Amino acid sequence: MVVDEQVLYSVKNVKKHFPVRGGLLQRVKNHVKAVDGITLDIYKGETLGVVGESGCGKSTLGRTILGLESLTEGELVFNGNNISNYSSRQLKPYKKEMQMIFQDPYASLNPKQRIGDALEEALIIHTNLTSLERRERVLQLLNEVGLKEEHYERYPHEFSGGQRQRIGIARAISINPSFIVCDEPVSALDVSVQAQVIKLLRDLQEKHGLTYLFVSHDLGVVRHLCNRVLVMYLGQMVELAPVHKLYENPTHPYTEALLSAIPRPTVGRKRERIRLRGDLPSPSNPPTGCPFHTRCPIAKEHCSTEKPAWREIDEGHFIACHER
Amino acid sequence: MKETVLEVKDLVTTFKSADGPLPAVRGASFSVKKGETLCIVGESGCGKSITALSIMGLLPSNGMIADGSIYFNQRNLAEMSPKQMQKVRGNDVSMIFQEPMTALNPVFTIGFQIREPLMIHLKLSKKQAHMRGIELLRMVGIPSPVERMNQFPHELSGGMRQRVMIAIALSCNPSLLIADEPTTALDVTIQAQIIDLLNDLKEQLDMSMIMITHDMGVVAEIADRVIVMYAGEIIEEGRVEEIFENPQHPYTKGLLASVPNVDDPEFDLKPIAGSMPMLNEQISGCRFHPRCPYAFDKCMEKSPKTFHVTDKQSVRCWLQEEGVEQNGGRRASSL
Ligand SMILES: Nc1ncnc2c1ncn2[C@@H]1O[C@H](COP(=O)(O)OP(=O)(O)OP(=O)(O)O)[C@@H](O)[C@H]1O
Ligand SMILES: Nc1ncnc2c1ncn2[C@@H]1O[C@H](COP(=O)(O)OP(=O)(O)OP(=O)(O)O)[C@@H](O)[C@H]1O
Ligand code: SF4
Ligand SMILES: [Mg+2]
Ligand SMILES: [Mg+2]
Repeated sequence: MVVDEQVLYSVKNVKKHFPVRGGLLQRVKNHVKAVDGITLDIYKGETLGVVGESGCGKSTLGRTILGLESLTEGELVFNGNNISNYSSRQLKPYKKEMQMIFQDPYASLNPKQRIGDALEEALIIHTNLTSLERRERVLQLLNEVGLKEEHYERYPHEFSGGQRQRIGIARAISINPSFIVCDEPVSALDVSVQAQVIKLLRDLQEKHGLTYLFVSHDLGVVRHLCNRVLVMYLGQMVELAPVHKLYENPTHPYTEALLSAIPRPTVGRKRERIRLRGDLPSPSNPPTGCPFHTRCPIAKEHCSTEKPAWREIDEGHFIACHER
Repeated sequence: MKETVLEVKDLVTTFKSADGPLPAVRGASFSVKKGETLCIVGESGCGKSITALSIMGLLPSNGMIADGSIYFNQRNLAEMSPKQMQKVRGNDVSMIFQEPMTALNPVFTIGFQIREPLMIHLKLSKKQAHMRGIELLRMVGIPSPVERMNQFPHELSGGMRQRVMIAIALSCNPSLLIADEPTTALDVTIQAQIIDLLNDLKEQLDMSMIMITHDMGVVAEIADRVIVMYAGEIIEEGRVEEIFENPQHPYTKGLLASVPNVDDPEFDLKPIAGSMPMLNEQISGCRFHPRCPYAFDKCMEKSPKTFHVTDKQSVRCWLQEEGVEQNGGRRASSL
């Protein structure tokens, strides 16, 4: 992984709120603040991990960054171009640069379409290759992700979960993007197959100089694969740090609790776990002040009224917490 | 030594298919003692749930126990009528199912669903059942249990629904609780709460537990003993320390090397090549041999015997046989 500190993608105060409708007239009653003010620079060649509990807005952040969701607020600057207000025609060349790998590749594959044809689709839209050249390219892609040429003719249901994820990866890299959002790409896979796919993602990154935004709730996988990690809570950023700092010196109380809650595959050494009380609050009615204060073991009174500022506590290590 | 609660012997469970019966469990033998937690681990499709459902008498209609016995408190469950099994399920053995979101009925209140088994199996009055229900919800750590009794499942978070499932499973004081991936769908902070809860309850109630999971971290937190399944067979068994610190089967070793370690930045991820065979795949010899980095001639010809490493640890792998060179492994005596 070569990270050269050149910003590929700048995300500025991005918000995505979904309307909640209700009542007889289906009026907008409220908003789910799925992503609520994210500011980040993503560097060329890095893998930036995004972690946090279910519903904290990881997938929505990924989709918004890729232009798959409209922006509620904020700016997206890709390679120096502010693409926030681009029309879909203007966005086309950028879409070619950005791809997504999903948790469940099966849902995104047409069951009646042969794998070879599915892989060709993006090539038809985004390249001028002849049909012979496209076939060549698809066979090369299959080979690159560890599938076989004869898989070209097969249909999605004939593949195992791990193989389908390889197809999803082949499709994402088919038009040589520079940036890929990986949304829980290995979460649905068995451990042994998961390890194979992680290796594949790493090899491809090295070979093609890819930049990944890697969304996952598996902190083990994230430690293994990422250069930096963003921890989200209820749509907001609570901690951002280079991977070794985050794991060796987690500073936000939520990050601490998250790391201490992971069951470790080692016996004997019993660690004290930080127990969080209660459940995740609803993102349509987030707590005032610090979003974490309702579950935070060290919260003081001002935590429930004042929003903690985002500040750098060590080089590249940011948190939002009054008490740390 | 504590008494044995459950003794499964040579269990074979098959599914009907156009090509004849396909075995999903191929001669599994294991036991559970009073107050003990046994974890069953292995990859998707290896037969964990089907083993559990065989014990519960809840196999899908195309599945059947083709051979073997399941002794629970000296009675063979494999030979019981559906009616007798229903009684066993209500009173002695209960199960938490793999899909927590679908296991509760969305149209009935929590109260209704927790009172039902208490009234049927313990013959409590509605009022008594209601009181006991509140007590159970409190025991599993649900805040304001009185109000929860009137709520519907969709009004509860995933972690709370899972607690309700546990409360219902515990309602008739089972001596054996089978939990099939009870935390897989939950966030780690909530998962940690549920694991603590199960560990506490087990201690309080001196209950035996079979926990099915593919998360080696969960195993390390909760198991006394572990069985590792591969393609329908138990390939290794041992105390939890033995499985983690001195695994013998190449598959067990591979499984442990496939989980990235959160505490080790230099962790060397070593995937096992290939994937689990389908039920209808014919494999000679050891069923793991096509994926095994150490396989030699004998592995392709003969199904491995069971070798005992210690009094508690046993493994089915030809590398254990006297005279076979094995890198880094420890020699074990043949049975
Ligand atoms: N299209 C939508 N309409 C309304 N609400 C939405 C929509 N998409 C997401 N949400 C809500 O936004 C919040 C964030 O969802 P998101 O899927 O981004 O979370 P996540 O962190 O990816 O969670 P998970 O780990 O479960 O995938 C959730 O409360 C979700 O219910
Ligand atoms: N109703 C059924 N009909 C036919 N085969 C089945 C049926 N149910 C399960 N099987 C097969 O039996 C085998 C064992 O399934 P089982 O559900 O026990 O796996 P598991 O170890 O619990 O996996 P997972 O971790 O995915 O839950 C699998 O190959 C599965 O495809
Ligand atoms: S800001 Fe306050 S409430 Fe939030 S995490 Fe820090 S201490 Fe806890
Ligand atoms: Mg998501
Ligand atoms: Mg199962």
